[in-house]
Amino acid sequence: MQRRQVLTALAGGVSLGLAGCATGGGSAGRARVLVVGGGYGGATVSKYIRLLSEQQIDVMMVEPNREFVSCPVSNLVLAGMKDMAAITTPYTGLSGRHGVRVVHDRVLAVDVAKKTAQLESGTTVAWDKLVLAPGVDFMWDQTAGLKAAHDAGQILHAWKAGPETMALRRQLEAMPDGGVFAIAIPEAPYRCPPGPYERASVVAAYFKKHKPRAKVLILDANPDVTSKGPLFKKAWADLYAGMVEYRPQHKAVSVDGNQRLVRFEVQDDVKADVLNVLPQMRAGALAVQTGLANANARWCHVNFLNFESTAAKDVHVIGDAIQVATGMPKSGHMANAQAKVTAAAIVAELQGLEINPQPMLTNVCLSYVDQGQAIHVASVHEYVSDKKSFFPVAGSGGVSAVRSAQEAKNAEAWAYNIWADTLK
Amino acid sequence: MPATLRPLFLVALTGLGAALAGGATAADANAAKKLHARALAATCAQCHGTDGHAVAEGNQPRLAGMEQEFLMAQLMAFRSGQRPATVMHQITKGYSEAQLTTLAQYFSAQK
Repeated sequence: MQRRQVLTALAGGVSLGLAGCATGGGSAGRARVLVVGGGYGGATVSKYIRLLSEQQIDVMMVEPNREFVSCPVSNLVLAGMKDMAAITTPYTGLSGRHGVRVVHDRVLAVDVAKKTAQLESGTTVAWDKLVLAPGVDFMWDQTAGLKAAHDAGQILHAWKAGPETMALRRQLEAMPDGGVFAIAIPEAPYRCPPGPYERASVVAAYFKKHKPRAKVLILDANPDVTSKGPLFKKAWADLYAGMVEYRPQHKAVSVDGNQRLVRFEVQDDVKADVLNVLPQMRAGALAVQTGLANANARWCHVNFLNFESTAAKDVHVIGDAIQVATGMPKSGHMANAQAKVTAAAIVAELQGLEINPQPMLTNVCLSYVDQGQAIHVASVHEYVSDKKSFFPVAGSGGVSAVRSAQEAKNAEAWAYNIWADTLK
Repeated sequence: MPATLRPLFLVALTGLGAALAGGATAADANAAKKLHARALAATCAQCHGTDGHAVAEGNQPRLAGMEQEFLMAQLMAFRSGQRPATVMHQITKGYSEAQLTTLAQYFSAQK
């Protein structure tokens, strides 16, 4: 990290404290936490600071989107199996039930020395603790031509659920039977390791029913499937023989939007009717601007006991933006888990209590392989104090024995419960 | 109040004051323990709901208010492989018996 990247001077603005805003009345002098980002990490940490402090700590959460749209399950929207409403949840539970002050705005800059944040609307917010949950942003410059092709609507990623999910859906609907859908996967680490393979599977399920002569090409920059490989490969062989083709070692370096063509570092060019190129990813821009992305200027190093940035005191970073510990995926479930460890540590610190010396994390990632069957990977992580990091607990975790209808039910139950746990 | 009881009352008050002053550290330790137990229980919430209150749509077991010994027996049966599971055998193996006991206590105490 370069020190000069840290934004220091802020233009003067009206100072907007958090005190007294959440529940109304007499909270002057209470500790104030500002949470930036309302995804799985940010929403969960907001709710759990309120819960674990018995509503004694004020929380403001700044998120530009009016509603939460889930990335998990969005592949089913892409495949025409669910609609957008099914993956959308309002933020009113956080505000109405938990007293989180939800502000639909953007944080433009953070001053970690003065402990303030500047919002796009012009106000300046003071905080005692800052939690950044900025998710990922895209490294467009790593794939020549991709930004222009994306902005022209020719080559989409749909890797942040929302309007782009439906735009890619429309491309799939318009694709002729006999056409080719190609998904290009960047080198790990990226958000949601099994997500691209799930997407390929459920798009194939859609084709099998509606465009049986169509093809799905998986162009993977990695040497092999990065998550649940044997289970995905068995599903492709059993359910989509002749339709799904997996090609490892395909690192996309440039695209041509007009021709719907992708070029690779080594392998031959590929043309497709619908081209879905996932850009390389890094921590959200605000974390980079604030000088917190001190792992290769890409991800944020944290102290795993409380997810405090190693670059700034009283600034915590959670979710996809962090430099992960061993075996820790960039997933919504993991962001929710990290958020709870962080919330408990912040509450303990602000209330003068001992921080939990042995925090735990779980992760369960369920992937659909068609409308009615799913597979999982699960892990449990313990904090090892002498190594100051999380490690998977020996003997725990694993993947599904087989794909099953029961796991598709589990996937649906997981979604309903984590949305409630995060937002309601 | 009868005059004869006054000294006793004062002694009682003084005693209470001393207990409060001396008990601050113990109270903090207790508060920390409660906080850590609740945070541990929150590691189950992604699938089983906040504080064990699973949502109706999910059809997941409702842990809140489940009888402690029954819940502990299920967790240990998952852990040993005695009770078949899709994922719970893999999850329970990540927790110590002491942690599972804390979880069973916590969820049984939820309404």
